[in-house]
Amino acid sequence: MNFWLLLVIEVVVMLLLVLTSSLVVIYAELKAGSHMQSRIGPYYAGGRWGWAQPLADGLKFLQKEDLSPTGADKTVYGFAPYVVLMSTLAIFVVIPLGPDLVAVDLDVGVYFVLAISSLSVLGILMAGWSSANKYSLMGGLRAAAQLIAYELPLVLAVVAVVVQAGTMSLNGIVEAQNDVWFSLGSFDVALPFVLRGQVLGFAIFMIAAVAELSRIPFDMPIAESELTMGYLTEYSGIRFTMFFLGEYASMVGLSAIAATLFLGGYGFPGVTGTWANILGPGILIGKIAVLVFLIIWIRWTWPRLREDQLQSMAWTWLIPLALLNIALIAGFKVVF
Amino acid sequence: MTVSLADWFREAANWAFMIIAIPTLFAGWRTVTSNNIVRAVLYLVVSLAGTAALFIMLGAEFVGWTVVLVYIGAVIILFLIGIMITRAPLGVDADLSHARNVRTPAAVLGVLLFAVIGYAVIDAFENSMIEPFEPTATADLANLLFSRWVIPFEVVSFVLLAALIGGIALARKDDNGAQR
Repeated sequence: MNFWLLLVIEVVVMLLLVLTSSLVVIYAELKAGSHMQSRIGPYYAGGRWGWAQPLADGLKFLQKEDLSPTGADKTVYGFAPYVVLMSTLAIFVVIPLGPDLVAVDLDVGVYFVLAISSLSVLGILMAGWSSANKYSLMGGLRAAAQLIAYELPLVLAVVAVVVQAGTMSLNGIVEAQNDVWFSLGSFDVALPFVLRGQVLGFAIFMIAAVAELSRIPFDMPIAESELTMGYLTEYSGIRFTMFFLGEYASMVGLSAIAATLFLGGYGFPGVTGTWANILGPGILIGKIAVLVFLIIWIRWTWPRLREDQLQSMAWTWLIPLALLNIALIAGFKVVF
Repeated sequence: MTVSLADWFREAANWAFMIIAIPTLFAGWRTVTSNNIVRAVLYLVVSLAGTAALFIMLGAEFVGWTVVLVYIGAVIILFLIGIMITRAPLGVDADLSHARNVRTPAAVLGVLLFAVIGYAVIDAFENSMIEPFEPTATADLANLLFSRWVIPFEVVSFVLLAALIGGIALARKDDNGAQR
């Protein structure tokens, strides 16, 4: 097929998928959060269950005035949301939805994800600095310190998976989890990495992922009671919407990466060949949904950590544990 | 082997190269002439991103993404944190507008450096062509790095370790020193 046509189709499908899934996750958060607090949540919008609430919120944000503060550095201020959103959307390029359903199966897939997702810190620092607001600057600095601290355990947890799979291609990692691990008689057992001794790695990855998303209990960068809204304070209208959508899209993105690395991605016992291509997206979305629900659940039931607790948790617990995890996984890989 | 201008323009890769290289050069120039320290760092980001894109064009995927991860994702972020946590005014910073007696030698030095590197590269590679469009397999790179080049690799990590210890030694507050 024509290269450009294929490119356009891939981009449109991915954008639709990402934006729809963000809206669904926003709705899930509104409803799940409400029910966890014995409330009903959105009820009237759309006629039933308040299903149209995220759409209504989105339209409301879009028609709001796009303000920028007088003292702000307008160019940097304007570019910041694009940097954040771009780094989020780029993750989806390499996520395999099925054996052949992947936009680009990069040789260095996981590495690409880590590199490109580290760019969101840049956007956040740009937003915090250019807003000409002390709350924004504090929020931006906190976000950067936090994201640097939790990037390390995230990367180290991924390294253990790469060691176990022997490849950095995300498709290759899923295939490694679908391979036969051992046989009970004539029954072949293929297990995802989380059941092959990656429990610690999975836990570290999820904790670090929640911290990367700056969500409760790691939401110091936008702690409302201390910093108004942190680096988002001055943003309104479409630019705020971009940050907001970006946050939820990266929730889906990081959950998809976690599902691919630890839970077997699109793979499911007994689903092979063409069926993997047909059912793969559904299986992966199911796994993503479980992880997203976990993240929402944590947000509505945990208090916020203190800044020093956050830093000491990353540097004195997660990083040493992640290093131990790598040593154990590599040891097992050599022995067996 | 010389290429005529018309042939040069017919090659799509050359267009891609120019589209990447011109913004990279412009951003590099703005990095040193910008009047605002944070903006200078952000121009450096554009310039590094262009470099990464050129590496990817050459088929060095791993190196390209390493530039993004290490230089933009870590070094630049640390630059920005360091600047913002101390003093990062918005708008024009008068301290950064250098007088002509600083600018001229800097420009001369830059041109000389470019000439030396350019001469060295042309002298070393002459007309040898790189086979593009076939990215280097990262596994091959890893095999080379951990077999033939393993000792240089470890030595480099020692340099980093020394730098790290030096940093800690500089930043550390001695109890004795505090009392003095």
